[in-house]
Amino acid sequence: MLTEVFFHAFIGGGLIGLGAFLLLLFNGRIAGVSGIAYTALATSGSGNHWRWYFIAGLIMGPLLAQPFGFTLPDTIVGAFDTTDSPLNNTLVTLLGGILVGFGTQLGSGCTSGHGICGISRLSSRSILATCIFMLSAFATVTLIKHGFGGI
Amino acid sequence: MMGEINDKKQVFSAVSIEVNSTKQNFMALISGLLFSAGLTVSTMVDPARVIGFLDVLGAWDPALAFVMLGAIIVYMPLYWLVIRRKRTPLLGREFHLPSKIKIDGSLVMGAVIFGIGWGITGICPGPAIANISKGHFSIFIFILSMVVGMLVASKFNNIIKCAQENRCNEP
Repeated sequence: MLTEVFFHAFIGGGLIGLGAFLLLLFNGRIAGVSGIAYTALATSGSGNHWRWYFIAGLIMGPLLAQPFGFTLPDTIVGAFDTTDSPLNNTLVTLLGGILVGFGTQLGSGCTSGHGICGISRLSSRSILATCIFMLSAFATVTLIKHGFGGI
Repeated sequence: MMGEINDKKQVFSAVSIEVNSTKQNFMALISGLLFSAGLTVSTMVDPARVIGFLDVLGAWDPALAFVMLGAIIVYMPLYWLVIRRKRTPLLGREFHLPSKIKIDGSLVMGAVIFGIGWGITGICPGPAIANISKGHFSIFIFILSMVVGMLVASKFNNIIKCAQENRCNEP
């Protein structure tokens, strides 16, 4: 059961790597989602169209996985379990979204651009950024789950 | 006569660029589809699974590590064996690889801030967009606020750049 979960994680990761590779092989572009999303919104012109096609692919991709029994989650729950309070949930999501947007733009990348493409290219910037955002996220979740009088 | 040939050449190259950009759009769509299908198969579209990985002191769920491993095992050898041996991509004039190589404060601060946001919500940009079709209210809130954060950071980046350039101008 557990090995099946890891197998799916591994295969899913392989699909992500394959998609990212095709974008580099054909279009010469790094599959960094935060950068693509920002540039898609911030610039215009026909040179920008591929970004919107990539985003359309991201939106429709889960439909391809559906026939194989893989679906999108029914609920969205973060580290603060705020399912009983829609207002708190909205505020936490709002804050988290701002931090993710600000951080990825300032740090030139997210899990895909730094974590997958950058590490594979052995970019020292990406390796460092991935280590830092992982540690920062570990610390954040640990503080929320165990720090405030938890445990 | 020569002018006519040159005109034809120009028309031809304009047409080929247009065809290439249509092909590029198609490949970007395929890439996005595979990428997002991978996020779904690996269950990384579920923030609870991501939080499970980040909660190292809790019932730790290592799935996310397998996702990254699977992606890097595919991307890394293909990058070094295929891409590095090519001068241009199949449908473009050049590879657009990041030009920055210096580690700076923006990279470090950005990664710290992104990590906090990712830890709070369990959502990063890829899974946020992949979840759109399900219509969760919180995903829309996340994406809207993420865009606001990006715009603010871009203004902030410009201010830093300006300040650095002014300092550089001083003797």
